[in-house]
Amino acid sequence: MTETMNTNSIIEMSSEGYLKDPMQWTPEVAHTIAKEEGIELTDLHFKVLLYLREQFLNDVRLSIRRIGKSGIVTIKEFYSLFPGGPLKKSSRIAGIPKPASCV
Amino acid sequence: MKKLLIIGAGTAGTMMLNKLHRTLPAKEWEITIVDKDLLHYYQPGFLFIPFGIYKPEQVVKSKEEFFPKEATAIWDEVSQVIPEKNEVRLASGKVLAYDVLIIASGTTPRPAETPGLNGNLWYKDIFDFYSYEGSTLLAKKLEDWQGGRLVINLAETLIKCPVAPLEFAFLADAYFTNKGMRDKVEILYVTPLSGAFTKPVATEVLSGLLDKKKIQVIPDFYLERVDEERKEIVSYDEQRVPFDLLVSVPVNMGADFVEESNMGDDDDLNFIPTNKHTLQAKEFDNIFVIGDATNVPTSKAGSVAHFMAETLQENVLNYIEEKPLEASFDGHANCFIETGFGKATLIDFNYDTEPLPGKYPLPVFGPMNLLKESRLNHAGKLMFRWIYWHRLLTGKELPVSSNMSNAGKEKQHRPHEDPVVV
Repeated sequence: MTETMNTNSIIEMSSEGYLKDPMQWTPEVAHTIAKEEGIELTDLHFKVLLYLREQFLNDVRLSIRRIGKSGIVTIKEFYSLFPGGPLKKSSRIAGIPKPASCV
Repeated sequence: MKKLLIIGAGTAGTMMLNKLHRTLPAKEWEITIVDKDLLHYYQPGFLFIPFGIYKPEQVVKSKEEFFPKEATAIWDEVSQVIPEKNEVRLASGKVLAYDVLIIASGTTPRPAETPGLNGNLWYKDIFDFYSYEGSTLLAKKLEDWQGGRLVINLAETLIKCPVAPLEFAFLADAYFTNKGMRDKVEILYVTPLSGAFTKPVATEVLSGLLDKKKIQVIPDFYLERVDEERKEIVSYDEQRVPFDLLVSVPVNMGADFVEESNMGDDDDLNFIPTNKHTLQAKEFDNIFVIGDATNVPTSKAGSVAHFMAETLQENVLNYIEEKPLEASFDGHANCFIETGFGKATLIDFNYDTEPLPGKYPLPVFGPMNLLKESRLNHAGKLMFRWIYWHRLLTGKELPVSSNMSNAGKEKQHRPHEDPVVV
């Protein structure tokens, strides 16, 4: 759970630490969450985050595969940008819901 | 005569054929269905075959058995759809014209997409169970298997019947326990997602099952290749999981003609961009897509195809009568989840609502229990095979609503979700 004060705006998070309202996302929010994940965001990170947000807002179900096909990063690069669980970490930082199965 | 063409005579295509045959005026509309395969498989039954619960012959019938007598069926493979000309080309060279096209061409496992998966070990130490051949051969393998490390791996997140791999793990635990050799088998569930369960309420209610059944979960593992020499699955970030027996859920893809026709979405998995409510193809007004062939964000499952069929029937009629496409699909799915030892649980959800505990299909009375293990749920799952063959495929009404209902569900109190200042 995030408890950092930067901009004094109230951001609602789910119990798993994902933004409840993706429209509350700002680059500052991304930096704050990324710090918790131990990630320093670069321009390439932001390119990926903006791609994720655009796809999400167009109702696209996201997968590691699709990011590998995006032309922005390869799957290996995606792993090096967001080590461990790249899709769940990048989704959290991008302010979109947790990637999930049906159950 | 106007022409309505259906590609694919699986669950979704057969239901649409029957529904539209009953509703479109026979004097004005000629309905044709095209499929490359004469046999209809009851795919939920594939799960039971490896464990000897179903015999292979219980899950297969002739497709034609479920067609209306007057329907025209063409047994050929579609090679390309040319929407600009309203034409479908077949492998034989024949060309079919259409006024309205319904694509119900489903999805299939593609082990060749992953290096090493269907090489030397395929059907020796690596099996799938989403095909007739795979599930049948796996049954033979399990009969004689002396035990070791059983790894169940999902190659992708976007797969048909997303709960089936978990059911496989539960049934494997019961199978080896009943054979008196559970202590000789290690069961690992290796998934690209953050866990076997990913929705908050389901995780809370069901994740204890995994510990109870001693099923080890390895999350965040995205398969790159299989190291055949070392018998290990290898992820993109070089995690390695050794196996003695690998039960793989390979990458799932839509039909090849989708790629040939340049109709797939950006995943390159041959799923067709589809309006998630109207089920009209996003780029073509007179093409509708149903079932596993769509890219709509709900599960690829027979129950979904069934609920979609109601919406699609209305919207095809709306389209033909030049009315707005008012019928709206809500993403509704419901699935039994076998948990082994004669029990099952049940989930019910849609685009907006995650699986919740409660009763289904009737509030209070049920009789099925949502997100709870029971013998009755298991009986329901087994009974469903009869319903499938005798009611569902022929497009008859079932006593459940197409759109999801919250009436029988328990309200969730989520104390942890407080606003946070950032």
